[in-house]
Amino acid sequence: MKNEYDVVVIGAGPAGSITAKTAAEKGLSVLLIEKRQEIGDPVRCAEGVSKVWLRKHIEPDHRWICADVKGSRIFAPDGTMIEMAEEIAGGEVGYVLERKIFDRALAYEASKAGADVMVKTRATDLIIENNFIKGVKVSHLGQSYDIKAKIVIGADGVESKVGRWAGIDTAIKPADIETCAQYLMSGTGIDQNYCYFYLGNDVAPAGYVWIFPKGNDMANVGIGIMGNKSGNGKHAIDYLNDFVNDKYPDAKILEVDVGGVPVCGSIEKTIANGLMLVGDAARQSDPITGGGIINAMEAGKIAGEVAYNAISKGDVSANALNEYEIKWRETIGREIDNSLIVKDTFVKFTDKELNSLGHSLEGVNFSSMSLIELLYALFKANKKLLWDLRILFKNVVKYELDFER
Amino acid sequence: MVTINVNKFKCGYCGACVSVCPAGALELVETWIEVNELCTSCGICAKICPVGAIEVKK
Repeated sequence: MKNEYDVVVIGAGPAGSITAKTAAEKGLSVLLIEKRQEIGDPVRCAEGVSKVWLRKHIEPDHRWICADVKGSRIFAPDGTMIEMAEEIAGGEVGYVLERKIFDRALAYEASKAGADVMVKTRATDLIIENNFIKGVKVSHLGQSYDIKAKIVIGADGVESKVGRWAGIDTAIKPADIETCAQYLMSGTGIDQNYCYFYLGNDVAPAGYVWIFPKGNDMANVGIGIMGNKSGNGKHAIDYLNDFVNDKYPDAKILEVDVGGVPVCGSIEKTIANGLMLVGDAARQSDPITGGGIINAMEAGKIAGEVAYNAISKGDVSANALNEYEIKWRETIGREIDNSLIVKDTFVKFTDKELNSLGHSLEGVNFSSMSLIELLYALFKANKKLLWDLRILFKNVVKYELDFER
Repeated sequence: MVTINVNKFKCGYCGACVSVCPAGALELVETWIEVNELCTSCGICAKICPVGAIEVKK
């Protein structure tokens, strides 16, 4: 560890590692710090990711791919099933990863590109001089160090402190977080070719249950419920236990994962003088699916490039870093904003309305349908119900959004 | 004064509570949650904890 770098990245998840890799490849001196002793562990994720988008950042490797799925099966509260082919099922379908290995592989890519990596190293505060972030204070094995940096990247996930230290209010309201619990189970007997989603306010209030195949006879069985529906004696884990006891009483639990996923949509700003936020720290996860890996990697790539541009010009002010703000909002940001419109509409639905949507899609041929055609089919059959989504269609046509992340 | 109680045997150290704390009073350090004097006992952390590991002291 040196005491001065061009860029210090806080957090070695997908956002942090891609930022560090991109910046290091450009020739910047980079330090990537991770407060945990093992990168990628404990897992806080359902581990599904779109194949197309993943390949833009890393070549798939059998060491961290557990399952290659064909499509999704979505269940309305009354059991009506809609089956979607992979191409239209959205960003959560494609590969199911082993995050413990995947995250470490991404950190390895960053190290290979030249970045220094330190684990068991926690950021405790920012070094701020004349309203500019000039570095970070860290604690490593109980010792404190000051590390100077031209740019600090906050990739410290859902519990991000870096943004708050820089004066960006990243606190999430209960209605803007999905509180999640998941078991890795063996013996569920699910078809390993599909991801399963169960909707319904009894099963998962303002959220959903997912079952993602993990190879052999294993699967991630998890649930996310909206934070404001949690508490009063029933938490995400209690809903998960109800579901598992009902559906898979004989399956075995091999791992417990918990976490919170921001579903608030874009936050007001993700930059300050000498600082950028990426990934969950910037609340860049998708408000509908909760998927965040691809958005995190996309944002990381942009942040790494912008860091290089800014440092090359000798200007790391918020004004210069606005290039990052503009670029991520024009790409992943647009889709996050549109997903927020859909989420805000869907969380208000009663089980009866969800069933009605499910029925209107029975018998529809999904193998040749794009997601937007699917939304049109839903809208046509449920105009009154989906009236709030009309703005979405305008945006989709205007920006040719693809919804595949 | 610490105003919440985190059951370390239940806690999954996921950081969800840290993300919703309006006062920024919580921090996830390795496998435990630390609470500082900024805590106002608002109870939001206890509400959203996925495993119900947090109790607000009244």
